[in-house]
Amino acid sequence: MTAEGPGRSGASVLPGRPARGRIKCIVWDLDGTLWDGVLLEDDLVTVRPQVAEHIRRLDGLGILHSIASKNDRETTLAKLRALGLEDLFLYPQITWNSKSSSIQLIAKALNLGLDAFAFVDDQEFERAEVAHGTPEVTCVDITELDEALGRPEFQPRFVTDESARRREMYRAQITRDDLGREFVGTSDEFLAELQMAFTIQPARREDLQRAEELTVRTNQLNATGRTYSYEELDVLRESPDHLLLIASTDKFGAYGKIGVVLVEQDAQVWHLRMMLMSCRVMSRGVGMVLLNHIMRLARDAGVALLADFVETGRNRMMQVTYAFAGFHEVSRDGARVVLAADLADLQQPPPYVRLEILG
Amino acid sequence: MSDNVQEQVLGFIRGRLPDVELSESEDIFQLGFVNSLFAMELVMFIEKQFGLTIPNDELQIDNFRTAKSMAELVERCAPLAAAAEMA
Repeated sequence: MTAEGPGRSGASVLPGRPARGRIKCIVWDLDGTLWDGVLLEDDLVTVRPQVAEHIRRLDGLGILHSIASKNDRETTLAKLRALGLEDLFLYPQITWNSKSSSIQLIAKALNLGLDAFAFVDDQEFERAEVAHGTPEVTCVDITELDEALGRPEFQPRFVTDESARRREMYRAQITRDDLGREFVGTSDEFLAELQMAFTIQPARREDLQRAEELTVRTNQLNATGRTYSYEELDVLRESPDHLLLIASTDKFGAYGKIGVVLVEQDAQVWHLRMMLMSCRVMSRGVGMVLLNHIMRLARDAGVALLADFVETGRNRMMQVTYAFAGFHEVSRDGARVVLAADLADLQQPPPYVRLEILG
Repeated sequence: MSDNVQEQVLGFIRGRLPDVELSESEDIFQLGFVNSLFAMELVMFIEKQFGLTIPNDELQIDNFRTAKSMAELVERCAPLAAAAEMA
């Protein structure tokens, strides 16, 4: 990948057949696209009225709609239901799978060719992934929605009585949702191409606001459910027996700081009191990179490494990350678990990450 | 059932790592191919494919080292899944 970014992920990838009415189904991202905000960080997301209006209008013209969102399925469906939007979408794919694989599943379910699909997302990463995995799909940046929807391929050639009922007709065919049975991650090949830089460094004062925000809002991927205020973090940052680290990535800028780790350091034992990651990057495999880094530091310091973990169900992805990094349960009190790390056999960072450790 | 489970797990891993020769007792962590994405895929695959939820105390690296250990894990968890369905 070159410095100017993923060129072919641009908003206006135009595959062959730019014919009028080519797009039969639009697949929508949710966080930052259909609504403002990130659902798992903030329940009070606000639907963008002009986006909802487009969806209803196109629905009336016979263009189908679906969803590809990396989110917790139950939480998200409940939110869509509460917003009165659930019925508008066929085969919504709300998973941690790659979005190109979600679109492939939708295409299969609707029995439409991939070139009949458009995909709308605010994140360049996701558009680039879809452009890589399913190049036939037309990718649209949410900021260019109005303009894109004005293009001929989004204008149905015929609008009939049947058009307005098309969604119902498809819905009637849905007997059993047996899609998504297989997890399909973001391909290593794509991640390799992305050359994601991942930086880990001690928290500076200017990082604390974001750190506080992450601790308060990132419920899903908070290992302990504990939250810390700005003032508490500022004290811990200066504390000689604590290590407060911030992880950040360069790719698709808006994220910036994406993870926070707090380690309590004792002469013999280090204790991971908090680890959290923005859910939007978790599926890129960076949780394990961060854990491995702490494990390496502990090993080099000759100390044992324990970690608090509180099971919330929503943070299960993180639990899997701990397990596969080599943590095992040593004690349990209900949902509160203490894990210990096996430091004998540390894993190398995956080849697709450019890991940068700053002192 | 166990052989069948083992084959399905192996099939999944081979599908994801087409260039790797893998036997049922080879340690996929030793081979160095596991990252957290792949870990998640494995867990999701096993849960969906065999219709069970792996209890949190079974989420341990040793249970996922080989196709054989994963088949054993499925066998341990399967009765739980069946019982949950009955309830």
